[in-house]
Amino acid sequence: MNEINNSILTLILLMPLVGALLVLLVPDRAKLPNWIALATTLATFVLTLHLPAHFSRAADAPRFQFEVSRLWIEKPAIFYHLGVDGLSLWLVVLVGLLAPIGVVASWNAIKERRKIFFALFLVQQTAMLGVFLSLDLMLYYGFWELSLAPMAILIAMYGRKDGPRAALKFFLFTFIPSAPLLVAILWLYAKTGSFDFATLQLWVASGALPAGPLCWVALAFLFAFAVKVPVFPLHGWLADTFSEAPVALAMVVAGKLGLYSMLRFHIGLFPAQARAVAPLLVGLAVVGILYGACLALVQSDFWRLMAFAALSHLSLITLGIYGLTLTGWEGAVYQILKHGVVDGALFLLLGLLYERYQTSEIAAYGGLAAKLPRTATFFVIATLGMIGLPILGGFVGEFMILLGTFTGVSKGWAMAATLGVILGAAYMLSLVQRIFYGPESGLVAAKAADDLRLGQLAVLAPLVVLIFAMGVAPMLWLRTIETGVHPQRLSTLFYGEGAR
Amino acid sequence: MNPVPDLYRILPEVVLTLSGVAVMLLDASLPSYWARRPLGWVAAIGSTLALWASLWQLSLPEGTGFSGTVETSAFTVFFHVLICGIVLVTLLLSLDTLPEDSHHQGEFYALVVFGAVGMCLLTAAVELLLVFIALEISSIATYVLVGYRKQTARGAEAAIKYFLLGSFATAFLLYGIALIFGATGTTEIYAIAQAVPFAVNHALILAGLGLMLVGILFKVSAVPFHVWTPDVYEGASSPVVALISTAPKAAAFALLLRVIYEMLPTLRPVWSPLLWVVAVLSMTVGNLAALRQTNVKRMLAYSSIAHAGYLLAALAGLGNEGIMAASFYIAAYAAMNVGIFAVITLTQGYDERRPLIADLRGLVYRSPMLGSLLIFFLASLIGIPFTGGFFGKFISFSTAIGGGAIWLVMIGVLNSGLAAAYYLRLALVAAQRPEQEVKETIAPQQVGIAVGAGLLMAVAATLALGILPGTVLRAADAGAHTLEAPPAENAPVNPMLPQ
Repeated sequence: MNEINNSILTLILLMPLVGALLVLLVPDRAKLPNWIALATTLATFVLTLHLPAHFSRAADAPRFQFEVSRLWIEKPAIFYHLGVDGLSLWLVVLVGLLAPIGVVASWNAIKERRKIFFALFLVQQTAMLGVFLSLDLMLYYGFWELSLAPMAILIAMYGRKDGPRAALKFFLFTFIPSAPLLVAILWLYAKTGSFDFATLQLWVASGALPAGPLCWVALAFLFAFAVKVPVFPLHGWLADTFSEAPVALAMVVAGKLGLYSMLRFHIGLFPAQARAVAPLLVGLAVVGILYGACLALVQSDFWRLMAFAALSHLSLITLGIYGLTLTGWEGAVYQILKHGVVDGALFLLLGLLYERYQTSEIAAYGGLAAKLPRTATFFVIATLGMIGLPILGGFVGEFMILLGTFTGVSKGWAMAATLGVILGAAYMLSLVQRIFYGPESGLVAAKAADDLRLGQLAVLAPLVVLIFAMGVAPMLWLRTIETGVHPQRLSTLFYGEGAR
Repeated sequence: MNPVPDLYRILPEVVLTLSGVAVMLLDASLPSYWARRPLGWVAAIGSTLALWASLWQLSLPEGTGFSGTVETSAFTVFFHVLICGIVLVTLLLSLDTLPEDSHHQGEFYALVVFGAVGMCLLTAAVELLLVFIALEISSIATYVLVGYRKQTARGAEAAIKYFLLGSFATAFLLYGIALIFGATGTTEIYAIAQAVPFAVNHALILAGLGLMLVGILFKVSAVPFHVWTPDVYEGASSPVVALISTAPKAAAFALLLRVIYEMLPTLRPVWSPLLWVVAVLSMTVGNLAALRQTNVKRMLAYSSIAHAGYLLAALAGLGNEGIMAASFYIAAYAAMNVGIFAVITLTQGYDERRPLIADLRGLVYRSPMLGSLLIFFLASLIGIPFTGGFFGKFISFSTAIGGGAIWLVMIGVLNSGLAAAYYLRLALVAAQRPEQEVKETIAPQQVGIAVGAGLLMAVAATLALGILPGTVLRAADAGAHTLEAPPAENAPVNPMLPQ
């Protein structure tokens, strides 16, 4: 078992790459690339499940588990250093879970150049997993940047209307902020001679680094992450990317990478600096919640509606993170998980609708529920999960974030954020109403009923079960998440108070 | 006193010369109806042997030969291997892409090899007159190669431009050498290094340094001596551009490193800010100009100017770390640049009737392999992690930050963001679905064995430099240690005052 524990993270990282190579080698016939991609992603998912099964929650357990650390390059000293803690554990599993769903969502939607699509899709998986697993800053940066390229190329190749433009926008929006991030990482290395997360944490906490530049370094980290989340007002790329990207990629493009990085590498590395900018981010997050929700209310295109809904939801998570309360952090991580699952389901369903009716104009739909009852049912459940109905997954995280904000930050901000939640119910329910109910539209009448097939049901059913499970038994996840956020909390408190 | 025979010190050059002469003689003596293509293989084998010969030189004790004019050291071997590798890939590339009926094919191969002799010698020379001669050998060969496509007006134009401006630049270099000789009384690099701190006429040395820098920076096409680059790259055939955008630059950078770190290390306060400015200008001007290009090769020309800037940034590093980073960068740059020009050669063909970026639309659909390779090399040029381009940039910037040049690096990384825009535009055009109406699109050629091998080497080098850069880094580091840089804290006193 020890053997497996030592190599499991490497296996998880390599598996999609091997799949990508295989996809490139086989002929593009009889959906062979699809099957290989599905097999690879399922295998990766099974491998990621090994982590929660063997993760030790004992009090004396090391913070990072399944650790691998090998010297990769001597000078500059870069280590192949991987590890998971309570913070990243479930996020890794989430990536693993969403990958096969992405493959299923692309099953019929991607008709040409399947080899390139699935190969790049799998490379993207490795990059995302690498971001969550890396504990060496340079390795982390490598995966962070690597996650951009396949995404941009796939958006350009499979964009619905004007792919290249959206891809360029996405790439520049995310690539340029990572330039200061690189400078910041290099500066840290020049001062400390290390890229190692734990070592750097000690260095920063020791106060040996000059405070002025350190402030800028922390800001550079934050800026790169904030664009990636995105935080208002850096969300310019989001709507275009959502309306152009293939469904499999749209469901992973926003959110978790940036939010995780904020928790781990901004708050985790620079607690004092994070404390200093937290009020600003809380303000921006609340603005983002309301702004996203208001814009979502008036969209006529469902991809754009989902984009602004995502802005609103991700802002809520940002609020939880920069409220700097323990409850808020746990809620935030939980909400990232829930957002991944629910958005996965919604995107899958919307993608099917788009595939069948070739339009994302909400007005073109209407009365679908009678024709596609199963689609409607799943969509309604996912919607309710998204707007935070109690006993469904969305409620727990939302409640914890709002509670943390209410008690730990300010009652005013919490109330404003709650308003956003109400607006969220408004636009999501009106989306359901406009697509599935009301009089049958001409478009819907023109096409024969063709409800969910077995393969799609096989994917959606577990997601729905998961949405319920996350609402009913949150402790399954929260117990692990707690072990991840506690050390963060301690370092913030210690250093935050010390700095005052 | 020197147990190593002089000939061993220049063994790679000798091998290259012999193979070049063999190609020429065979070309002249074979019946005219015989295909000249096998001559390319002769040249390729010659450059492979030269590559082995330079690796073998590692077993020699470090030292000089021919009365202290040529040196063999880890530094020279590094650049020899690099140049021979580039030449080999270029030859493989030309083998399959030069049209069968093109006259003087033999000459082409011979010139490539002779050019390589000059470039190799340039990296090994430790005496300024030999430096000049080596530079001339390499330049004259490349002038002719640029004009090799003489049926086209652009080819002739490019060759004349390159020749005229290049002659000026070499003249500057020669003048600089003369001034330094005047001030120190010697042309040997080691002797100059010792004489400079005691030189009476310091202004002469500064002028000499300035003039030599003009000549060298012209060769590496750094701003403001870059104006020839786009025209020459556009006019020359793509395999030639693959060569001249990398190998002569590598040699010129080696010379630059030698001049500033080995010959004039005490003038660091003078050349360091100068090169800082040149680096910033090269990156910024190169990238801004590249943004506006519609012709693929012109765009890549400006991109190569920008890359010269990233490389020069490394020289802001402490002590001799800049040498290591710069050497590594030039290797990474060469791998990806040769690769992308190989792809361009294959997609546009020898006569390049459709040279625009828009003409590459849908390449991924028409030829998935070439399209993917194009995107791969562009990704490396952008600096996507786990490619040579990323690691080169990373090591260059990391070194510069170590030297305290934060603003330089800030400008550098912002520039690489800017550069991503035009590289990505090309990549996205290639990834776009081809328009149905356009019937007459360029049909990519069949990929032959030779060119396939060349491409494979470029891909392997680009990936290896990104994923396992350890070996090359160590080689570059060993090379850096053979150039004697002053210890960082030993900053010289004001050089403007005669001492």
